[in-house]
Amino acid sequence: MTTELRRITEGNYGVARLTPAPEHGGTFLGQPKFPKAVKNELKLVVQRKNMRNATTTIRNKRALRVTETPNWEDIRQAAYEVKNRVGRHLDYYLEQAEKSLTANGVHVHWARDAEEANRIVGEIAKAKGVQEVVKIKSITTQETDLNEHLEEQGIAAWETDLAELIVQLGHDRPSHIVVPGIHRNRAEVREIFLREMKNYGRPCPEDITSNPPELANAARLHLREKFLRAKVAVSGANFILADTGSLVIVESEGNGRMCLTLPDTLISLVGIEKVLPSYDDLEIFLKLLPRSATGERMNPYNSVWSGVTPNDGPQEQHVVFMDNGRTNVLADPVGREVLRCIRCASCINVCPVYERAGGHAYGSVYPGPIGITLTPQLRGIDDPVDRGMPYACTLCAACVEVCPVKIPFTDIIVHLRNRVADAERKEFSTDVEVAAEKALMKAAAWVLGDYKHWETTMYATRAAGRVVGKHKIGPLPVPVANRWLDYRNVDHIPSQTFRDWWKANRGEEK
Amino acid sequence: MDAKQEILARIRRATVDVTEKDPVKDQPVNWTYGLGIEMDDVVGTFEQKVIDYSATVVRSKPAGVPEAVVAGLKATGATDSVVVPAGLEKSWQDAMTAAGFEVRVDEPQLSHETLDQTDAVVTAAASGIADTGTIVLDHTEDQGRRALSLVPDRHVCVVKASQVVSDVPESVQNLRPSVEAGHPLTFISGGSATSDIELSRVDGVHGPRTLYVVLVED
Repeated sequence: MTTELRRITEGNYGVARLTPAPEHGGTFLGQPKFPKAVKNELKLVVQRKNMRNATTTIRNKRALRVTETPNWEDIRQAAYEVKNRVGRHLDYYLEQAEKSLTANGVHVHWARDAEEANRIVGEIAKAKGVQEVVKIKSITTQETDLNEHLEEQGIAAWETDLAELIVQLGHDRPSHIVVPGIHRNRAEVREIFLREMKNYGRPCPEDITSNPPELANAARLHLREKFLRAKVAVSGANFILADTGSLVIVESEGNGRMCLTLPDTLISLVGIEKVLPSYDDLEIFLKLLPRSATGERMNPYNSVWSGVTPNDGPQEQHVVFMDNGRTNVLADPVGREVLRCIRCASCINVCPVYERAGGHAYGSVYPGPIGITLTPQLRGIDDPVDRGMPYACTLCAACVEVCPVKIPFTDIIVHLRNRVADAERKEFSTDVEVAAEKALMKAAAWVLGDYKHWETTMYATRAAGRVVGKHKIGPLPVPVANRWLDYRNVDHIPSQTFRDWWKANRGEEK
Repeated sequence: MDAKQEILARIRRATVDVTEKDPVKDQPVNWTYGLGIEMDDVVGTFEQKVIDYSATVVRSKPAGVPEAVVAGLKATGATDSVVVPAGLEKSWQDAMTAAGFEVRVDEPQLSHETLDQTDAVVTAAASGIADTGTIVLDHTEDQGRRALSLVPDRHVCVVKASQVVSDVPESVQNLRPSVEAGHPLTFISGGSATSDIELSRVDGVHGPRTLYVVLVED
């Protein structure tokens, strides 16, 4: 049974497309910033339940695997040191990696930004004359919105990871970096498969139930014809090994192996920070990553390949080293620590804000602690969405405890809040919210700056206390204050200040 | 300035605070590479951890391997055809043929469609890792190119007890010569699986859904 590539209008906002149209054109532009966006997300009761179940499960699995690894802290420390070495000498290791990859028959390209990366990938695919590509390890390409770029070029990009497939067919956006469909439950997945698979390839069996093995089998059948006929694959990579010129992909389903093995041409788009000095370092990260990411001793499949192997796998290979803001991150001695990230998502899985808000409210393909520390550094803080991100955090530091490469998230978040506050004072002072906050802070500075000012203010509250009497204060239509008061009762305002009380009761001790 | 030069220049500007030019001196790594884990029974641990992934493991004496492979094929539900790499031990191939299987040797290379329409694949292995229950293939002659052990739905894999080490670092070190010789590596821990729906593990997606390991007591 084979199906043909065709253009579909149904569900695609009236546009005939090769692949399902994502919501909002796939980008996060124009999205409200976190505090506003999160309000809608919090109303999604099913999503909140899905998120709670999923994050609880994965947190417990990770904790179990860590406790059965006695030298866990030594491994973390080694990984921290290896990644620091790479970051501090990135030019050296990238040039070494390029040399090794080239010697292994790989074409190496460099991309300053997302647009350049997309153009390089698009041109290679076009030169091969293909109408479709299969994809694995797609976060980096989501950062560049590659799928939409290829769609514009008349090339269908098929996501092959089960969760990515659920997201793509669901006209949705990823909400997690390891399990992008974490916000969907089995009943929703079944509906998406029944509704969409028939438009884009082999249909889902009509009598399918929401049993996960049946859903996984539907994905297997749907994708198999795509794997078998694919001529070009686009991948990311978990690691680039500079000395042997190897790429590494860590995965579960075998969709990665399919993409890395069956097509004639393989294009790998990788962030420049993904390089490791040596093949030997793999032993550290293969102990760390699976346990941190999915709570397994080892994930089902790892592929290590060193360029073109005669008579085995793609005979034409391209690697694109992409900057897209990473050098800006590197330039900040505090912020650069996030470049150690190995995308395991353990910070996301323990984050109380993420668990409740879900991944969509952040406005980035990278949600949670890693998202709010990485994204504003990659993209800059010109957009209100990016300025809002460092505030999507309670500074509880659960993420700092679990991070396998010891990223001090909360230090970086405080640092970024400083940067945002500085920028807002200088560049965005006309923003109403910013202006109100500044006024509030200025008032607070005056009140707290001198004990006489403080006492004067206290007299004012004493007066207010006499007026209001013994009533609790509930919701009030006072701007800014209502954000607090809408959700909390404040005890009645005392008609005596602490200082008055002190003078009256302890006055003799002066 | 081309993209490469510009990115390198940006990196150098971003790291002006790094004054020690030797990466190893600048940031030492306190890690002893290639170390194993103390364990009483390396091979037994390997066996148990592979079983934990819901794969099957049977032990065999060297002389019994051909029969064990045939029994494995039957146990996984293969009935008609088997793909084998050209370098697979001849006596195993003969036993499969004698048991009525059509043995499809990957020389010349079989098409993707043929691989897809073959019941099972039989390969040897390069390494076994006890702590994680992992089998590593380096895709030399007795394991074949990567597609062979990927597309068919059942994988019967023969691992020698002498190939099993305690932990990942030993295996990675042992395989370094293979990588330097240009061979790809595939680490297999149980069958293909996914946890993408509600994080509940489902065995069997795109790779072989059934893994059957013959552990040779050599």
